[in-house]
Amino acid sequence: MTNHFNVHHKADTVGVITVEGVEAGQELTGWIMETDETVVLKALDPIPIGHKIALGDIKSGDTILKYGHDVGKAVADVGKGHHVHVHNMKTKRW
Amino acid sequence: MVSKDKLSFQGYRRENGRVGIRNHVVILPLDDLSNAACEAVANNIKGCLAIPHAYGRLQFGADLDLHFRTLIGTGCNPNVAAVIVIGIEPGWTKRVVDGIAATGKPVEGFAIEQHGDISTIARASYRAKQLLQDASEKLREECAIDELWVSTKCGESDTTSGLGSCPTVGNLYDKLDPMGITSCFGETSEITGAEHVCASRAINEEVGKKFLATFQAYMDEVIEPHKTSDLSESQPTKGNIEGGLTTIEEKAFGNLEKIGKKVKYIDVLEPAEVPSKGPGMYFMDTSSAAAECVTLQAAAGFAVHLFPTGQGNVIGNPIEPVIKLSANPRTVRTMGEHIDLDVSGILRREMTLDEAGDALIDVMIRTCNGRLTAAEALGHREFVLTKLYRSA
Repeated sequence: MTNHFNVHHKADTVGVITVEGVEAGQELTGWIMETDETVVLKALDPIPIGHKIALGDIKSGDTILKYGHDVGKAVADVGKGHHVHVHNMKTKRW
Repeated sequence: MVSKDKLSFQGYRRENGRVGIRNHVVILPLDDLSNAACEAVANNIKGCLAIPHAYGRLQFGADLDLHFRTLIGTGCNPNVAAVIVIGIEPGWTKRVVDGIAATGKPVEGFAIEQHGDISTIARASYRAKQLLQDASEKLREECAIDELWVSTKCGESDTTSGLGSCPTVGNLYDKLDPMGITSCFGETSEITGAEHVCASRAINEEVGKKFLATFQAYMDEVIEPHKTSDLSESQPTKGNIEGGLTTIEEKAFGNLEKIGKKVKYIDVLEPAEVPSKGPGMYFMDTSSAAAECVTLQAAAGFAVHLFPTGQGNVIGNPIEPVIKLSANPRTVRTMGEHIDLDVSGILRREMTLDEAGDALIDVMIRTCNGRLTAAEALGHREFVLTKLYRSA
């Protein structure tokens, strides 16, 4: 079975697309590496390999978790299954 | 699993007891002015290695100290059999020669003033020929894994670096640190957001505080006075962003995967400082720019380098072989000639981290035994000196 995205930590709010060519509307299978669980999720944007997908609804201002840690904040509302990147996420550091 | 009982490699034992994996005769310029003479000598005597660089004039204070430490350390590296130093004048040339001579390896200096390039090149070429022929007789011998010094730094990272290639390096360190290797990681700016997690990986509170003081000094002295509104596109880089990394914090946690899950670092080093607390892992205060960081680590005496890449950094180093690994299947497909180890199977759940770590140990040992890295075969010899501030 193809694995489409990976999640580092159970608590993470984003996953990472690990295959090329993910399209909007595509049903994806993911792997939570910490717990070795398999999860499913529908992509609502085309998302390039290596880019992030929202695992649930994220509100503007919310902390984004990856590796189980704070890796920045949302600067726009992001719906579950949408692409998370520089257009809706920003560092808290500089 | 790689057998831990008899992990060894074929290395060159130097006069001071350190073990190298290459046998270079280096033609080392003291300064930018002497690059042309050094390159001419290396052109005359086939098999010598000139290492041109951009600096060495009118530096002062800590910046000058770092210049000397880096050049002397480069000559002292056990991958170097012998050195010719050429400088514009004899005083500072001798300072580099004396520093390298402390290892006991053959080294001789030549100054250009009152001779000119042509005579200097001729005299240095005669000596280089002799040193090269002598070095060519040096034989490899079996060396235990605890004699190996291994550095790491990642580049053109993306999210696959944190998922696959960086944890593969971490897995290697988790396996080889208990066997007594000496290792190093750095990239001060690239720990931003994960600095407290990094501090918690120190062997004790004192070393953790030393790390945090180094990190804070970098922030106060380099980042704060010079930043504009935002460092995005510099940290993370445009390439990082193309690869899906959005923030420095996200990049930092991926970067830290390189030190494994168990290893504790035992000291914090100045740039190009030689480790002095024995086997174990060290943090070195370095830039996160690939060539600057690897140049400093090589100058501290590290013999082999592990370089995880996401989007495909092509860096090499003149004296320290740089082994590249990538977990990004697109990078492996589009620029595979630069990649020594493909660990993209981790992302497809076809390869475990444990298997990837063993595969990296295998590639590293073969590289130590003499196999050329992709970067060596492709002629990548990036040697970039770290400059702390403007020259006088």
